[in-house]
Amino acid sequence: MQKEYTVTVYTEDRIGITNRITIIFTRRGINITSLTTAETEIPGVFKFIITVMSTREQLDKVVGQIERLIEIHRAFVHEEEEVVYQELALYKISTRSLDTGDIERLIRDHQARILTITADYFVIEKTGHQQELIDFIKKLEPYGLIEYSKSGRVAIVKWSRRFHEHLKDLAAVEADNLISND
Amino acid sequence: MQQKDVLPMKTEKADKPLTVKPVITGSEAVIRSLIAEGVDTIFGYPGGAIMPIYDALYDFQDQVHHILVRHEQGATHAAQGYARSSGKVGVAFATSGPGATNLVTGLADAYMDSTPMVCITGQVAAALLGTDAFQETDVIGITMPITKWNIQVTRPEEIPGAMAKAFYIARSGRPGPVLVDITKNAQFGEFEYEYKKCDYIRSYSPVPVLNEDAVLDAATLINNAKKPFILCGHGVLLAGAEKELAALAEKAQIPVASTLLGLSAVPVEHPLYVGMLGMHGNYGPNVLTGECDVLIAVGMRFDDRVTGDVSCYATKAKVIHIEIDAAEINKIIKADVAIHADAKTALQSLLQKVQPAAHTEWIAEFRDADKKEYDKVQHAELFPQEGELKMAEVIRRISEKTNGEAVLVTDVGQHQMVASRYYRFKNPNTNITSGGMGTMGFALPAAMGAKMGTPEKEVVAIIGDGCFQMTLQELGTIYQSQIGVKIVILNNNFLGMVRQWQQLFFDKRYSSTEMVNPDFVQIAKGFFIPGKKVTTRDDISAAIDEMLAHQGAYLLEVVVEKEDNVFPMVPAGAPVSAIRLE
Ligand SMILES: Cc1ncc(C[n+]2csc(CCOP(=O)(O)OP(=O)(O)O)c2C)c(N)n1
Repeated sequence: MQKEYTVTVYTEDRIGITNRITIIFTRRGINITSLTTAETEIPGVFKFIITVMSTREQLDKVVGQIERLIEIHRAFVHEEEEVVYQELALYKISTRSLDTGDIERLIRDHQARILTITADYFVIEKTGHQQELIDFIKKLEPYGLIEYSKSGRVAIVKWSRRFHEHLKDLAAVEADNLISND
Repeated sequence: MQQKDVLPMKTEKADKPLTVKPVITGSEAVIRSLIAEGVDTIFGYPGGAIMPIYDALYDFQDQVHHILVRHEQGATHAAQGYARSSGKVGVAFATSGPGATNLVTGLADAYMDSTPMVCITGQVAAALLGTDAFQETDVIGITMPITKWNIQVTRPEEIPGAMAKAFYIARSGRPGPVLVDITKNAQFGEFEYEYKKCDYIRSYSPVPVLNEDAVLDAATLINNAKKPFILCGHGVLLAGAEKELAALAEKAQIPVASTLLGLSAVPVEHPLYVGMLGMHGNYGPNVLTGECDVLIAVGMRFDDRVTGDVSCYATKAKVIHIEIDAAEINKIIKADVAIHADAKTALQSLLQKVQPAAHTEWIAEFRDADKKEYDKVQHAELFPQEGELKMAEVIRRISEKTNGEAVLVTDVGQHQMVASRYYRFKNPNTNITSGGMGTMGFALPAAMGAKMGTPEKEVVAIIGDGCFQMTLQELGTIYQSQIGVKIVILNNNFLGMVRQWQQLFFDKRYSSTEMVNPDFVQIAKGFFIPGKKVTTRDDISAAIDEMLAHQGAYLLEVVVEKEDNVFPMVPAGAPVSAIRLE
């Protein structure tokens, strides 16, 4: 059955690694709905968080093929309940709307916060699950939403402790012997 | 030629201590790295962006032999043939742009067939990257899905590390092709050279740790099996596990069938060998896959040409899958016991845990099937008394006259299947063919490479008239480098395999499969390669003798039956048990 899954991939810091990962999804005709990547707590190790609509069976195979890549440490498929996840959205709104007063309340009620205010516009930040962030747009629209931007998913895996211990061990070994010959 | 075992120090200064690392160019570093990896043969084609490397090569001609091919695709296939026959890493050079893109087919082929190969491409200077400079191609992007690993090097000091990694990755674990793209400035630049072989990459573990519990589970299954069946794949040859496989089969008396790429791992004459699997494989192994109760798949990946319709595949069997590439396990066929390991390690362990057994009746079932196939198909194919020459009888004769000991390099099509079915392989690594890709044009350059890799062996290429015309320019290489390959063209004036499908599944509508061919012998003559054309049964035996007796390259064109078909056959998408004998 198709549903939304989170795939996490731990990689070395190498040019082209995103391409290497994404073409494996492309080959099987799986659409990536969001992709977030950043360095982990271990220098030189990156974590990709990918959300896709697919089946577990299909993704188990995809993950196997991703792990086959030389510069990949591990890749995992996670069910919804295995991860704690959030997304971040920014909303730019006309400063004029502040005059009406009740937008402040809307912001407070939705645990959003104002990041910056200029004479023309101000920017609100809100974290949450995708649908919440999208629903918030509707609420802001009457106040003159100028621009909206949302991140992909960031996720923490509930059972990842042992793997992170492993990663920490890796930090002790040489990352890449590519230029070690000089 | 001057001997270069002492590194020259181009910027040597009198006041520098003698322990200083030599300063050399990136290009020289490429060649020195290759020599450090034991490379003695390179197949390639020069061009602007790789000229500094070719220039450096000039000084090392006594240590590395460069074979100038006629097309870069030929270089890759030659490197594959070299690797597959010798067990070493094949090496190919190409320039940027068109040179690099011409490598694509061979890289993809080597990737599908797990062949260790390192390709070096020249690239425009780093400062020009991404600007659509003359002959700039994103070869890294293009080859990403068809290489085990690739890397672009933009600074000379990165060269030794990249080369060391390239060789380590190409040959370790499940082998495969690697591409190293080197910008021109990196080739020209000078740096302090030192070479260290690579044996560790922290994100890559090529040698899985054997799970003894899984082996025990497998042994239990085998010990309780009534109808166990071994499928031998290319992984057996890659791991050098032929002896272990035979020992296991013999100890527990298990019949062994081979995939196309696994051919030659078990001698055809072995009493437990039951033939080839798959679409044009033998009748017994295909039909009886449906009957076995334990299937022991070793170093093979359940390609769809082997399984047919997977939903009906080996339905009565518990599956044991021994495989070095974890991504292959459960990819197509669910394994009841998965042994993620090198075939040799796994089989050694399994051998100790498996008990002797007989399975006489089960083996007899294969022999019954063999008889059926022999009576229905093989006899008439191998020993025809009248009519035009048949591919099978030509192969039978070559097999007899080479005593099953030649390195047989086959191209793609009917002749490939017939050769694979009827050549009686005796020694490991003597079957070289394009399996996963099915690349027409593979055989001539691959045979060239195989002969370079194992010059002491007779190398016979079996090629269709269509395939030959895809890479026939390599006759030029064969002549220039005096490579003694024997070339047999089985000419049916058709793209035979496609025509067979048209006949069977497209109502005999022979759309664009008939070939009007040139005079092949005359063409060979143009390349100063002697040859002969044979059209009758009476002449074939002497012609093969003449070919084999000839010192050096020789081309034999055999005109065979135009509309012959290869049977047995599993129609595409059908279950393997639906194999047709006619
Ligand atoms: C590069 C390439 N193009 C097309 C094909 C499809 N194809 C497979 S077999 C075949 C016919 C081969 O003809 P020939 O070399 O004459 O051999 P025969 O089957 O007659 O023995 C073709 C066209 C292929 N495998 N490779």
